[in-house]
Amino acid sequence: MVNYQSAPLDRIFAALGDPTRRAILARLEEEECVTVSGLAQPFAIKLPAVMKHLDVMADAGLITRAKHGRTVDVRLSPGPLREAADWLARYERFWSPKLDRLAAHAEARERDVRRTENGDRSK
Amino acid sequence: MTSLTLVRQIAARPSIVFEALTTAEGLASWWGPDESPVIKAEIDARTGGAYLVRFQTADGAEHEASGELLEMDPPRRVVMSWRWAFGGEPEELGRTSRVEFEVRAVDGGSELTFTHAQLRNEASVASHRYGWTGAFDKLSRILAAAPSDPI
Repeated sequence: MVNYQSAPLDRIFAALGDPTRRAILARLEEEECVTVSGLAQPFAIKLPAVMKHLDVMADAGLITRAKHGRTVDVRLSPGPLREAADWLARYERFWSPKLDRLAAHAEARERDVRRTENGDRSK
Repeated sequence: MTSLTLVRQIAARPSIVFEALTTAEGLASWWGPDESPVIKAEIDARTGGAYLVRFQTADGAEHEASGELLEMDPPRRVVMSWRWAFGGEPEELGRTSRVEFEVRAVDGGSELTFTHAQLRNEASVASHRYGWTGAFDKLSRILAAAPSDPI
């Protein structure tokens, strides 16, 4: 079993459940390393609000911050994201074949019902 | 909070799809793993009603999933709480999820949208709303771009 020594899944998902934080993640995906003030720029919110979002993301292990002189560099930390994706992948493997069988069962029933309906009409 | 969403196009009318979701016979037809039988399927198909599905895997082990119907709006929508009574993933034992089935009439049959959301506890089953499924597309792209950790 892979251990990322990261925050619990609940915290990761909670951190991902906010549009501003997802926009920050998307930005970090495109630009490997961005300063805190650089991240704040596109948003109509103040720097302290962005800092709070970054705190939540850092607690969930999604990002790392490093101070360089007067600026703080922010980087993506992929391990916890992979953990979240593992959960999704595991349940996709679990449910997908079930939904396929559900579809096959419903389609067989539909054919039966149509045969009965057509039979009734021809009487 | 996250959720997994899967969509299926089914060549059957919504009432038939809904029946497969909310009758014991229907549940037994699709719930079990491929080659192993569903041993027991029960459902009290009304809001607040209980259901359970017990099945066997190829190794002979029995598994049971159960829960309650949180919402029931035939033939469009059924929402269930869902947990392993026994035999599930060890780390999932005692955890409750929410599974949601939406059936929409489309040309040629139905479109089924299935959502499984992980929940912290029973109390959050009733209170939470979910809304970030679309984020997973983004997530997979981030993951595809990220270098793999050594395993």
